[in-house]
Amino acid sequence: MNYLMKIAAGAVLSVMAGTVLAESHIDPAIAGAIKARQAHMSLNNFNLAVLGNMAQDKTPYDAEAAMAAANNLAALTELSQAGYWPQGSDAASVEGTRALPAIWETYPAIIEKATALSDAAAALAAVAGNDLDSLKAAFGPVGAACGDCHKTFRQPG
Amino acid sequence: MRFPRWAVFLIVVGGFAGLWITRPQPLPDVALSGVTGDANAGRLVFAAAGCASCHTAPDSSAVELPVLAGGKRFATTFGTFVAPNISTDADYGIGSWTDVQIASAVTRGVGADGEHLYPTFPYAAYEKVTMQDSADLIAYLRTLPADPSPSQANEIAFPFNFRFLLGGWKLLFTSPNWVISGDLSAEQIRGRYLAEALGHCGECHTPRNALGGLRRDRWLAGAPNPLGKGKIPNITPGVLTWSEADIVTYLTSGFTPDFDTAGGQMIEVIANTSQLPEADRAAIAAYLKIVPTIE
Repeated sequence: MNYLMKIAAGAVLSVMAGTVLAESHIDPAIAGAIKARQAHMSLNNFNLAVLGNMAQDKTPYDAEAAMAAANNLAALTELSQAGYWPQGSDAASVEGTRALPAIWETYPAIIEKATALSDAAAALAAVAGNDLDSLKAAFGPVGAACGDCHKTFRQPG
Repeated sequence: MRFPRWAVFLIVVGGFAGLWITRPQPLPDVALSGVTGDANAGRLVFAAAGCASCHTAPDSSAVELPVLAGGKRFATTFGTFVAPNISTDADYGIGSWTDVQIASAVTRGVGADGEHLYPTFPYAAYEKVTMQDSADLIAYLRTLPADPSPSQANEIAFPFNFRFLLGGWKLLFTSPNWVISGDLSAEQIRGRYLAEALGHCGECHTPRNALGGLRRDRWLAGAPNPLGKGKIPNITPGVLTWSEADIVTYLTSGFTPDFDTAGGQMIEVIANTSQLPEADRAAIAAYLKIVPTIE
């Protein structure tokens, strides 16, 4: 009896320990990948805001700044993200990300969305330095591409 | 101990009275008499009510004339509901329904066979839709293409598969009263109509009780995502501190003030709100500012 109790207690404890580990301990490679892609999104966002504030007439149009931001954005969309998205780095597997499992489950659907974004960003970069109206016209499709991907692949929250 | 006969009698009578009180109550046949529907105006009612978001086929892209073939699946704690075909097909859609039957479905949650509909269809919000808007909407629906896809059956767990129970649900959780009342401006009243009735914002942004009824005491205070993990944000004014202009921009372009974008189901909502006149988006923003803040 005593022996059985010890085995049972040991089993319970090791299960509990396993659970705690699983919750608190994210594989550093996964954590690093999540941090890297979120940093990439921040860079997208920073450059997008420069352009968006002009497109929405919140800041005056500045051809040089617009061109710089649009070129950055276009360059960012061309970088390889292959290393950012390891298996097991989705919101169902780990904390700290809103990346939905659908990214992996429906791969390569996300690549089509990424291509749509880089096409829109390239079109924006081509005209952002011309004048405000050109910027406004080319900015809409970039926003649509962002949203189209967030619709399917980012968890609300 | 023997169960007294009068108790059995009371239970039986009470049961029948309960069924009678909670029976499906379609609109009267004359509900739309004297109201003429205008399909052009109905296009905006359709957008404001977000019909296409649920009733177009999964993965279909936006087109000029939406095909309301149904088939999108909504997994909930009560089971999985599948949006039906509401295209103009006479056999598989609602092409053969009368105007009053369609208006009854929308505003009363009663189907063409006189049955209760499940509240995944947000008639708890649409019950406040005016008969003029209903007639306009129906006129517009009748201009949309027919699609011959059969509606798929819901997959609902016992006991929720018994539709008569929905009468009790309606009695408990629907109300003819607005959530936000008081001395409102014309713009705020329009915004309330768009947000509480047509736009059914509360269906996702307000938390639900254990039986799926909206908690009106926590109106728009955020809720778990009904379609998976994550949460739908709190949009009461003390928490969503955007200006009215910010809200209008968001409902037009999907961009937040710091140039993040909407995601998830909200993308569909913005596809709808972006079609509305600017004044309607401004009215929604004005309404959101008078909702009580709930932390």
